[in-house]
Amino acid sequence: MEPILECRVLGKRYGSKQALASVDLKVERGRIVGLLGPNGSGKTTLIKLATGLLSPSAGQILIDGKAPGVETKELVSYLPDRPYLGDWMKVNDIIDLFADFYRNFDRVKALEMLARLSINPADRLKTMSKGTKEKVQLILVMSRSASLYLLDEPIGGVDPATRDYILSTIIGNYSEEAAVVISTHLIADVERVLDDVVFIENGRIALSSSVDAIREERGMSVDALFREVFKC
Amino acid sequence: MTWDFKGDRPIYIQLMEEIQMYIVSGQYPAGSKLPAVRDLAAEASVNPNTMQKALAELERDGLLHTQRTAGRFITEDQDMIRGIREKLAREQVDLFFEKMGQLGISREETLLLLQKAADEPQQEKESA
Repeated sequence: MEPILECRVLGKRYGSKQALASVDLKVERGRIVGLLGPNGSGKTTLIKLATGLLSPSAGQILIDGKAPGVETKELVSYLPDRPYLGDWMKVNDIIDLFADFYRNFDRVKALEMLARLSINPADRLKTMSKGTKEKVQLILVMSRSASLYLLDEPIGGVDPATRDYILSTIIGNYSEEAAVVISTHLIADVERVLDDVVFIENGRIALSSSVDAIREERGMSVDALFREVFKC
Repeated sequence: MTWDFKGDRPIYIQLMEEIQMYIVSGQYPAGSKLPAVRDLAAEASVNPNTMQKALAELERDGLLHTQRTAGRFITEDQDMIRGIREKLAREQVDLFFEKMGQLGISREETLLLLQKAADEPQQEKESA
């Protein structure tokens, strides 16, 4: 089977700034992968290339063997690093929007997950705390039966309890048919959820390994290794 | 119950140790059915593949076995469970002696201290 996400000497340049350079990467279905790197290392650029929001300056990025486009939008469920839904919208409106946009959106599942958190679908986003908004967006993204979930900083800026909820939701929605890519710099929190990690530094892949291999070979956690590799 | 993991070893090995503890302590009784991988992974908040690997290793050791359609079960072999209990206890004892050694206390002194602590009334221990 094709890897669900593949990069071949992928590069992205913004003017004179090289955001990504010669990135080679394969993500197989059924894996949960952490895309780890300091701020400005190129994590969001890589994710945006996978969604088709950006186009490569060099090389290729393939979703299930296809270049990002209309066909791959159905396969990819994307959580951006910042809120993009209108604050004035009610949760119900957003659910309708998702149901219109995505054939694989499961409305019942979304409503169940909201109910479990006692979030009223008639509420407007603007009346909610930051943490609750994050939860709502994650629920929407995870309620699609996609093949590749791209979660850009899903746990940044939320309290530890919300973080736990988000991570348990990711585990609870695990499927052998789908891969999850989580970008973050909060490694200690996500480490136990990940199969593999990709360290990205100045737009290049500094290390790509399984979490257990790092712990086995180096006798340290991914978090400790990250601190070592990216020491300021 | 919360599952904590140390940084220096693979998570699947720590999961194996944790599950062994549950079996040895009887929280997962001999011969009983183990929860599904997905549920165990959710409970421990770990990646399901990691939990799967831990269970597969325990299965290789013979502590668990899979029945084709019914799921995964804990061994009914009481001797094996007793053996593991002994092994785990022994590890703790060795570790204890090692720590006492680091404090400069000999094995003989350690034994005397242990005897003294064991002779003290139980309540104190429980409130500690």
